[in-house]
Amino acid sequence: MRLEAKPAPTLAVTLLFPLGAVVVTVVLSSLLVLAAGASPFSVFGLVVKGAAGSPFALVETLTRATPLIFTGLAVAVAFRAKLWNIGAEAQLYAGAVITVVLGTGALPLPALVLIPLLMIVSMVAGGLLLLGPAILKTRFGVDEVVTTLLLNFIMLLFVSMLLEGVLKDPMGLGWPQSQRVVAEARLPRLVQGWRLHAGFLIAVLAAVAVWVVMKKTTLGYEMRAVGQNAEAARFAGIPVNGVLMKTAFLSGGLAALAGFSEVAGLKGNLTLDLSPGFGYTGIVVAMLAMLNPLGVVLAAIFVAGIFVGADAMSRTAGVPSYIAEVMVATALLTMVVAIMLTRFRVRWR
Amino acid sequence: MIEAFEILFTASFWVAAIRIASPLIFATMGELICERAGVLNLGIEGIMVVGAFAGWLTVYMGGDLWFGVAVAALAGAAFGLLHATLTVPLGLSQHVVGIGITLLATSLTYFTYRIVLPEVTSPPRIEPFQPLPVPLLSDIPVVGPALFNQTPLTYLAFATVAVVAWVLYRTPLGLAVRAAGENPSAVEAQGISVNAVRMGAVMVGSALMAIGGAFLTMSAFNSFFFEMINGRGWICIALVVFGSWRPGKALLGAILFAAFDAYQVRLQQLTGGVVPYQLFLMMPFVLSILALVVMSRRAAYPKALMIPYQKGER
Repeated sequence: MRLEAKPAPTLAVTLLFPLGAVVVTVVLSSLLVLAAGASPFSVFGLVVKGAAGSPFALVETLTRATPLIFTGLAVAVAFRAKLWNIGAEAQLYAGAVITVVLGTGALPLPALVLIPLLMIVSMVAGGLLLLGPAILKTRFGVDEVVTTLLLNFIMLLFVSMLLEGVLKDPMGLGWPQSQRVVAEARLPRLVQGWRLHAGFLIAVLAAVAVWVVMKKTTLGYEMRAVGQNAEAARFAGIPVNGVLMKTAFLSGGLAALAGFSEVAGLKGNLTLDLSPGFGYTGIVVAMLAMLNPLGVVLAAIFVAGIFVGADAMSRTAGVPSYIAEVMVATALLTMVVAIMLTRFRVRWR
Repeated sequence: MIEAFEILFTASFWVAAIRIASPLIFATMGELICERAGVLNLGIEGIMVVGAFAGWLTVYMGGDLWFGVAVAALAGAAFGLLHATLTVPLGLSQHVVGIGITLLATSLTYFTYRIVLPEVTSPPRIEPFQPLPVPLLSDIPVVGPALFNQTPLTYLAFATVAVVAWVLYRTPLGLAVRAAGENPSAVEAQGISVNAVRMGAVMVGSALMAIGGAFLTMSAFNSFFFEMINGRGWICIALVVFGSWRPGKALLGAILFAAFDAYQVRLQQLTGGVVPYQLFLMMPFVLSILALVVMSRRAAYPKALMIPYQKGER
């Protein structure tokens, strides 16, 4: 068999492919539901109901989507420049750690100053964390996939060390958790009584900002050029290594905002289970969005819906909620195939 | 201080080191085969999870231990086939597909675990492989217990290295595999299909990774629990680079690494909780990154690694 390049697809076709990937994913996971001895129709009905069946469910889905928008953006930015950042998980925790260190009373500032400050410092922490692997890549040719993956494990152990040491809440009854951040560091709730917080708005704004950077600025152009062909970009006079550094800093910073927003908006403190793999799920979100920053928002809400819906479903239907992880992983693989099919025609001979 | 040094001369330390090395040896050989053929297999972490579970479940359901190993290998090869189909003929990004395979393999395993064992609080146990002392040789002090009083799976790990080295360097098949990773058009010129060689290499390599995972549930421990692979797969990818893509050197790297791991556990007990234990647990990961950086200058990557092959294209 051979692959032949075909002309760029129209927007309508481009949008049809992710849809196709989702349909294939649902069909494949139906087989698992059958294996679990349940009816796919009732199970997926329950998933949809649990994700969007009531205002409460919908708000819960948006709350869960918030960190995924940030990590999805982080991955989308990096992958666009072919910088394979698989370390959003570690960068998320870097942001969360800084938020807790500076947000638990160290800085007596009003909310209007403190919150932006915490965001900036979080971004710097996450950005610096990804600069390490980026420098190892450009200077020594060390594959950043492996270093960012290994850093996830190091970071989680580091956080565990902090939570049992200097950051441990003395009033935490021995649990490895930090103190709660002060009221001035908390992001306000969007609706009284519901968990959805201003972090969601910040995430959407971040998506718009990243879209502007990618589409309308020189940096965005350079990032795409480096991603498409680093050699050609270098030949055209683009400082490839410099662009990769900026990309790394931006990507790490965006992932760190997920940690900031989870602490300041939702949880209030830092624990070891702050992120159930938001960093890894961000990869799926970015791929489903075909690396488009605005698409990331939609993809994050969709993926969050699967998780929230599957949680609700498993409580009533008894199919393990791990079906959500399986669906998300399947969606990633079907999506990369779908993206390829928009660009190439497969010829069997 | 003297005590910290004396550890190195105890038999139990070296027994533990070889035991810790065994799963790494299997998985490192698996990754090495894939990369030698030109395919980076980041599915390794998830494939080890699958192997650990499939082998254990087979024995738990009443299967023979060796049958369990075979089932683990088959399950690994199946995920290898999926990885290879997407990355070799379809030429999709080996990074993204690899991560996808790891996510899929891990979540499918956890899902199946919950289906098969819906209501268990503590993971059920199986009767694992027992140490099989080699007569006479196992009586040698220190070296004897470490190398010749292990479970059969450990012996198999060492045998695998010998077989992989022999096939790679002494057979036409090995030549084809190495050439597929270095100069694919030369393989095609011999009338051999590059894609067939690569797909075969990925499937065999993935089967070995799965046996590495199975070692944990069937030899090192006796039950399956979540998060049990815990980054071992990623470490094996670093070990392949550290071993410059050579089976012998990679074996040495795995043993060195495992010795360090066994040593830090003992040092941890010696320091009596003054140093946070997390620092010790971090060491394997830090060491892997250091190994990558140190070896990077001399790293001779297979030239066609991560480059999909299209017939008749230059």
